[in-house]
Amino acid sequence: MSPKTLYDKIWDAHVAHEADDGTCLLYIDRHLVHEVTSPQAFEGLRMAGRPVRAPEKTIAVPDHNVPTTADRVNGIENPESRIQVEALDKNAKDFGIHYYPVHDVRQGIVHIVGPEQGWTLPGMTVVCGDSHTATHGAFGALAHGIGTSEVEHVLATQTLIQKKSKNMKVEITGKLQPGVTAKDITLAVIGETGTAGGTGYVIEYCGEAIRDLSMEGRMTVCNMAIEGGARAGLIAPDETTYEYVKGRPHAPKGAQWEAALNWWKTLYTDEDAHFDKVITLRGEDIAPVVTWGTSPEDVLPITATVPQPEDFEGGKVEAARRSIEYMGLEAGQKLSDVEIDTVFIGSCTNGRIEDLRAAAEILKGKKIKDGMRAMVVPGSGLVRAQAEEEGLAEIFKEAGFEWRLAGCSMCLAMNPDQLQPGERCAATSNRNFEGRQGRGGRTHLLSPAMAAAAAITGRLTDVREMM
Amino acid sequence: MEKFDKVHGVAAPMPLINIDTDMIIPKVHLKTIKRSGLGVVLFDEMRYHDHGGENEEFVLNKPAYRNTEILVAGDNFGCGSSREHAPWAIKDFGIKVVISTSFADIFFNNCFKNGILPIVVEEEHHAVLMEDAHKGENARMTVHLEDQQITTSDGVVIEFHVDPHRKHCLLNGLDDIGLTMEKDHHIDKFEDHASQARPWV
Repeated sequence: MSPKTLYDKIWDAHVAHEADDGTCLLYIDRHLVHEVTSPQAFEGLRMAGRPVRAPEKTIAVPDHNVPTTADRVNGIENPESRIQVEALDKNAKDFGIHYYPVHDVRQGIVHIVGPEQGWTLPGMTVVCGDSHTATHGAFGALAHGIGTSEVEHVLATQTLIQKKSKNMKVEITGKLQPGVTAKDITLAVIGETGTAGGTGYVIEYCGEAIRDLSMEGRMTVCNMAIEGGARAGLIAPDETTYEYVKGRPHAPKGAQWEAALNWWKTLYTDEDAHFDKVITLRGEDIAPVVTWGTSPEDVLPITATVPQPEDFEGGKVEAARRSIEYMGLEAGQKLSDVEIDTVFIGSCTNGRIEDLRAAAEILKGKKIKDGMRAMVVPGSGLVRAQAEEEGLAEIFKEAGFEWRLAGCSMCLAMNPDQLQPGERCAATSNRNFEGRQGRGGRTHLLSPAMAAAAAITGRLTDVREMM
Repeated sequence: MEKFDKVHGVAAPMPLINIDTDMIIPKVHLKTIKRSGLGVVLFDEMRYHDHGGENEEFVLNKPAYRNTEILVAGDNFGCGSSREHAPWAIKDFGIKVVISTSFADIFFNNCFKNGILPIVVEEEHHAVLMEDAHKGENARMTVHLEDQQITTSDGVVIEFHVDPHRKHCLLNGLDDIGLTMEKDHHIDKFEDHASQARPWV
């Protein structure tokens, strides 16, 4: 038998039918659902009189629209947001799927709730109508975003029509330097490949620096695989994975755990398996990074300066010129001189407990700059509760941060947490697109520790100066 | 779904690379629970001024391009969020074909589910088509799916590739769910097997 990659193995275990031209029906083990990309899909089922084929494998939670202020117990003020969340309430009930409503302590960002509750397990296929479904790849699950028509397809048939992607290996060798985190790895990789470099591929991340990461860090890395254009990102499961999964509410127990573990231990890339593309970065070479432009590929070490558009080639020259203008920067300006007025810590990229610990470590005993608007939005109600128990919430509040309830919040600004035109935000989220955090808003992506440092100084800051 | 055959219409140039789905349709318009009526907010932040009113400089606001049916766009079109509101807005505006040197994966898939044909062409062909699209109202291209050919206003013919299964579905207006349900017995069989092999799932 020819050697297989991890992706090959998971793919092969989920093909329900293969047509002569290679088009497959891929069976889906877990379907995660949120309120923004699902109403039209449920409506389609109703119109056709179709049930959800596997409601026991379908999990829903509202996250994109929900306010993160304490007054949300009184209901959602924005009528359109309220209608979307109410539609999910009703659809979950009518179709009998698992549901974590807004007031449940387990509510949070769908990609944080799934792993936290043990729905996401190694070797599974996981989809959601959200591009950051790639997050779940950290468990060695094949996980990717789909559109609403595909949401309806999975609800009705528990399968997706797919053709197999190519295999890409991204290896991060060696050790990370102090102050360098999973976020810096994933941004540095996109800086290397570009936002279209992964198109047509599934990435497997490997190497010592990846192995050394916690599950939280691995989720941060895989989360942004989509920002590099890849369909999915994967990390082979190991003891770190099993330890995280064990005992979670929906993880297997007893004899089933042993059986599952036996299979999970076969989920690795065979020696000599073929990769269509290989990228290698040295962990030691990765610096704390920030983005300067309006594409996640616009990444530079914090010690660098804003580039000249002419430094680029082809269509990127015009794109860079447009980005620099939109961002209100000057070519040649030091990134560490860029002043910010807003800090956002949260999102499915960096809204987990480890992220909050890293930020709190920098903020302990310090105050944010006068006039700075800074908020922490934990990724789930349970992350929030744990942070309160560990005393992190107090550190944030004493430093001057707002301590919010769980949701997607200012990552995409569908709820009231938004930037005003011209405001400049240091954000731990995943996209710095024009208008992403609010029309005319400017976003610099960075790690939680770097965001905390920026909140204190009021400018993009090398966190290593504070360690 | 409507059958897709041939499009003969105005092609508009959008050479900017990395046009993301936030640009195609910003999140303020994702709060709908319907698929229809989004054409008016397509490219909202580029198309309208902050205070409202059309930005006359934006290509689709120019008189020649108001009835655009074909978009010739820069590399990596449709990157970012998986929102299917992007192709819904494109379709609702009246655009039936998008041509680029590459597309983001999820957007590319979403197009086919909505009767839009995304076409990937080589850089040299892309340059020819982009130049043609700059000819204003004279920029009338023909896209023939059956023959897999694009014909420029000057009569230059460029062939393109399309996945045979997707071509078949577009040409016949077939609904994926209906097609998959015909293979229900395969899914039943897979579930029986998987529940033995991986009972914990």
